[in-house]
Amino acid sequence: MLNNSRRHGLAKYVMLAPALLLVCATAIYPMIDSFLLSFQEWQLTHSSAPTGFVGIDNYTQAFRDRFFINSVGVTIAYTVLSVVMTLVLGLGMALILQKRTFINTIIRTFLIFPFAVSPALKGYSFRFMLQPDYGVIQLTLGQLFPALKDMVWLSHPWWAMFWIAVSETWGWAPLYALMFIGAMSSISTDIFDAAKVDGANNLQVFWDITLPMISPVLIIATLLKVIASLRVFDQVVVMTGGGPGRATQSINYYIYQTGFKFTNMGYSSAQAYLFLVVLAVLAYVYIRRLYRKVN
Amino acid sequence: MATATPSITSRPTGPRARPVQLKEVVGRVWEIFWALVTLFFVLFPIIWLIYTSFRSGLDVYSPRFLSPLTLDNFRTIFFGKFSVVQEFFTSLLISSATVAIGIPFGVMAAYVFARYRFRGGEALMVGILVTQFIPALMIAIPFFNLFRRIGLYDTPWGLVIVYLTLVLPYSIWMMRGFIDALPIEIEEAATVDGCNEFQVLALVTFPLVLPGIITSLVFSFVLCWNEFTYALMLAGRETVTLQIAMTRTIGLQGIAWEQIAAVGMLVMVPMFFMSFTIRKYFIEGLTMGAVK
Repeated sequence: MLNNSRRHGLAKYVMLAPALLLVCATAIYPMIDSFLLSFQEWQLTHSSAPTGFVGIDNYTQAFRDRFFINSVGVTIAYTVLSVVMTLVLGLGMALILQKRTFINTIIRTFLIFPFAVSPALKGYSFRFMLQPDYGVIQLTLGQLFPALKDMVWLSHPWWAMFWIAVSETWGWAPLYALMFIGAMSSISTDIFDAAKVDGANNLQVFWDITLPMISPVLIIATLLKVIASLRVFDQVVVMTGGGPGRATQSINYYIYQTGFKFTNMGYSSAQAYLFLVVLAVLAYVYIRRLYRKVN
Repeated sequence: MATATPSITSRPTGPRARPVQLKEVVGRVWEIFWALVTLFFVLFPIIWLIYTSFRSGLDVYSPRFLSPLTLDNFRTIFFGKFSVVQEFFTSLLISSATVAIGIPFGVMAAYVFARYRFRGGEALMVGILVTQFIPALMIAIPFFNLFRRIGLYDTPWGLVIVYLTLVLPYSIWMMRGFIDALPIEIEEAATVDGCNEFQVLALVTFPLVLPGIITSLVFSFVLCWNEFTYALMLAGRETVTLQIAMTRTIGLQGIAWEQIAAVGMLVMVPMFFMSFTIRKYFIEGLTMGAVK
C-alpha cells in the first residue's frame, strides 16, 4: 500500500480538502471576523458598517457592565446546579437499572428518547406542565404540598432556574445513566464478590469500587455537561426569556440580547470572546482527558 | 453467586430457607419499584405531550386532567390557519441538504485521518474538535452580517452552511472511530488484488463502514432537525423551521399549548424512530467516540 507514494499523497489531499475547507470557512472565518469586530464600535441600527476602532473599550465595558457580571453569576450557578443534578440522577438511574433483568433491559431502551426531544420542545413541555391553574406539575405539587398551591414556578428567580435545569436534566440524565451502566458492566464481577466476602455493604461497594472504577467515564461526562450547561440558551429563550427580571439571563442569552436585540455588534463580539476564553480552558482539559483515556 | 450458595445449603433444613426468600422477594419488588419510578420520570413528559396534542384547546386550559380526545389540533397544523406543512418541509430540506453535503465530506476526511499518518494530523483532529467549543454567538454574528451582505440571510442555504459547523466535526470524529476499528489488512489485501485507492474505498471500505456512516448520518440529521439557536438568529421570517414555528403559536390565552404539542409530535416522533435505529451508538455519537 505504501509503494506508490505519489498517487497516495494526491488521494489523501483530495479526500481531506473539502471537509477542511468547510470547517475553516465556517469556524475560522467567524472567529477572525468577530475578533476584529470586538475592537470596533458598531450600532447596527445607526450604521450598516462598523464605525471605527475603539481599542479595548468593548472589553473594559464588559467588566463594568453589571448585567454582564450578573449573567456570569447566573451561568455559574446554573451550571453547578444542572451538572450536579444530571450526575446524581444519572448515577442513581444507572444503579437502579444496572442489573440485567428483563424489565431493566426494556426500560433501558427508552432512555435515549428524552435526548431526542429538541431543546425548544423540552422547554415548552416543562413550561406547560408548570403553568399555574392548569399545569400538571403545578397542580400535583399543589395537591401534595398545599403551601405550594399558589406558586408560580417560573416567576420565582431561583425556582425558574431550577426548572430550566430540570428540563435539561431530563434529557441528559437518562443518557448518562446508559453511559454509566456501560462503564459499570465492564468492571469485573470478581471485585464485587471479593468486596462482599470482605463484608462491605452496598454503600461502601459503590463509594470505594464502582465510583473509582468508572471515574474516567465520569470525568468525561462531567466535562461535557459543564460545557453544555455553560452554553445554556434554547431553554432560557423558550421557558423564561431571561426572567423573572434577570434571574435566568445566562451569558449566551445576554450576548444574544446585546447583539440581536440591542444590535450592539462590537460589544457582543467582545463578550463572546471573553466567554470563549473560559470555554477554551475547559475544552483544553476535556481534550487532554479524552486523549489520556484513548492512550 | 453469593446468594445462590446459602439457598442450596439451607434447603434441607426447610423452615430456615423462608426468611431468605422473603427478603429476596421484598428486594426484588423494591428494585422493580425504583425501575418503574425511573421509567415514569423518563416517559412522563413525553406521554403528557402526546396526550396534550390530542386534547382540545379548552380542555388543556382546565384543571381537570381527563378529557375526551380529538384530532382537531392535527387538522389545525396540517390544514388549518396555523399550518406548519411548509415549515416541516423547510426543516426537512435544511437537515437533508446539510447531511447530504456534510457526511460524504466528513467520511472522506475521517478516512484520511484514520488511515494515513501524516504530520499535524492529530493536531488537525483536535482543531476540528475545538470548533465545537466556540460559542454559538461568535459564529452567528459574523454570519448574520455576511449573509445580509450576500443575500443568504433568512434562507435555507444560510442555515445549511452554518449547520455544517455542527455536522462536519461530529461525523469526522465518529467515522474515524469506526474506520479505526476496521482492520487495515482487508484493504491491503484488496490492493494486492489490484484495486486502486478509490476502488478500495468504494468497493471494500465503504460497504464495511456503512453501519457507521448510517449512524453519523442519523445523528447529524437529528442534530440539524432539533437545532434552535441558529434558526432563531439567522432566519425566522421567510425561512422558518419547525423549532421556530413552535414559538409562533398564539391561542386564546397566549400560547396555544395544544398546538405546540401537536407540532411537537411532528418534531419528536420521527426523531424517536431515527434515534432508535442507532441506539447502540448514541453515546459514542454524543461523546464523539470518547465513551463506547
